[in-house]
Amino acid sequence: MEKEVMYTLKAPYRDALRIHGYHFGKGEKAACIIGALRGNEVQQLYVCSQLIKVLTELEKHGSISFGKEILVIPSVNHYSMNIGKRFWAVDNTDINRMFPGYDKGETTQRIAAGIFNQVSSYSFGIQFASFYMPGDFVPHVRMMETGYQNTSLANLFGLPYVVVRKPRPIDTTTLNYNWQLWETSAFSVYTNETDEIDENSARMAVSAVLRFLTRMGIIKYNSHSGYIANVIYEDELTTVHAGSAGIFRRKREPGEEVLRGDVLAEILDPYEGTLREAVTAPTDGIIFFAHRKPLITEKDVVCRIIRRLHQ
Amino acid sequence: MIETVVEVALPVDEKLMIQKNRITPAGGQERKRRISIVTGTHGDELEGQYVCYEVQRIIREHPECLTGVVDIYPALNPLGIDSITRGIPQFDLDMNRIFPGSKEGVFTEYVAAEIVDDILGSDVCIDIHASNIYLREIPQVRISEETAERLVPLAMHLNVDFIWVHESATVLESTLAHSLNMMSVPTLVVEMGVGMRITKEYCRQLVTGIFHLMKELGIWNGEAEEVREPFISLNGEVDFVNADASGIFVPEVEIGTYLERGGHIGDILNPLTGEVENSLKASIAGTVFTVREYPIVYHGSLIARILGGTKQWKKK
Repeated sequence: MEKEVMYTLKAPYRDALRIHGYHFGKGEKAACIIGALRGNEVQQLYVCSQLIKVLTELEKHGSISFGKEILVIPSVNHYSMNIGKRFWAVDNTDINRMFPGYDKGETTQRIAAGIFNQVSSYSFGIQFASFYMPGDFVPHVRMMETGYQNTSLANLFGLPYVVVRKPRPIDTTTLNYNWQLWETSAFSVYTNETDEIDENSARMAVSAVLRFLTRMGIIKYNSHSGYIANVIYEDELTTVHAGSAGIFRRKREPGEEVLRGDVLAEILDPYEGTLREAVTAPTDGIIFFAHRKPLITEKDVVCRIIRRLHQ
Repeated sequence: MIETVVEVALPVDEKLMIQKNRITPAGGQERKRRISIVTGTHGDELEGQYVCYEVQRIIREHPECLTGVVDIYPALNPLGIDSITRGIPQFDLDMNRIFPGSKEGVFTEYVAAEIVDDILGSDVCIDIHASNIYLREIPQVRISEETAERLVPLAMHLNVDFIWVHESATVLESTLAHSLNMMSVPTLVVEMGVGMRITKEYCRQLVTGIFHLMKELGIWNGEAEEVREPFISLNGEVDFVNADASGIFVPEVEIGTYLERGGHIGDILNPLTGEVENSLKASIAGTVFTVREYPIVYHGSLIARILGGTKQWKKK
């Protein structure tokens, strides 16, 4: 393992920002794995740290395939993480909305460019990503429908679901989208946590990446073969909205199968504790995403259901 | 008349309400031309607040001159404005990246869709922004290349110092202005002043322009002062000056200053060592139309923008 400072930025008074990369093996740039691009992505940082731990052991035992190189960047925006911010602490811009970056541009464009220049030539790009809505996902691999996406490859992670998302204009500046444009096969891996560490889904994510690297011949490792994923198009998910606002009480969990009419959640009057709304499933299916915060706003997403899918 | 464009219940005893004031002329039921003035998409941009007030004050003084409909939307992001937050507070989400929204989407997208729906039918929309807290901008209209032919003639009325025709960027397709322009509502994006402040001089300058445009469109038949002739810049004429060091920026120029090539813009200082980390010079001759307002800078922070070829900068 070779630890390298991939990008440095001096601050007026803080210690310099140092973005580290961990290289395993030597040779063809086979796979790059990136963790926390945002300051609240603690789970993503943790997953990367666990992956680095395993890859270090594998390298010691000669299990990185000859002529293959893996790069892991556990954190890009720990400057924000260290002070409890999500986005770039100075101007609140999102590094994951700055790719491919611009080396003569603004600070976060320069950071993005500094990283992207070094990761864009890898064959496979894996990002541990997070979502802006407060809630839990079923662990899955997500990819943008850019025309370059390959869902068969995404299946090799062995996670239960592969989600394909039609990119919106705002997505065109994400790492995943730009990786694909630069002909890297890019995957975003979502576990069901961001701000907190969830050991189970972190283990699942580490195993999924190791499984993928094994199947692509990048490492030699024996792992359970995982799932044959269901490929889902994001716009085919059924979204269930809150019809009222108040205290949110979740009744069903991500991954559970529900029948039409099942109560998914209750919304309570925040002063009197009475039931304002029992949110019910409009279709049979499996819960893919569920709101988690204790409060909910009218029209918020209570959950998203994979229609007519059974366990 | 104050109207609620959209409302959504918040968790505890509060409603998010987007409101507008519709001002209509007396008499006649025939279709009147309509201007929409929107602002407050970013909660830290307040210049538009005074513009909204001033437009109404002038109409109130001369209601007989109003011949069309004026819709004023002072706060598209009321939670942001009232909490001094640029984005939508719950999600730290830039509201100007979710348009045209979706009635089936999350609540922010639903609100965006209802706003767009309400503005549709306007003959013109003015979307007023105020830079952010980091930069000060001279009054300007920003127009993407693809809409320039249609919008530049309208922008000429707005009494701004220049019109910046810039390259189209896919990411900007999520803005309110792009969405409305694609839906046949000519929408002009005004940038002026600085975040979290009100620059009365700029606001009054724009208000003069708004009445000039209203007169042109048949919405106002009162006095309309002469407007200044703006520079129209294309991308190649704008030079971006970014910091090459981190530290404390102290400007040597004021906004609107003409600089020769090599002219001194300012310095990035290191108060700990007492040294100048970076002395910033203009790489082209021209007028500084953007200048850094907030002193803390990092490597890459935007310090200034210079509009080249502006020696003959006109002010009336």
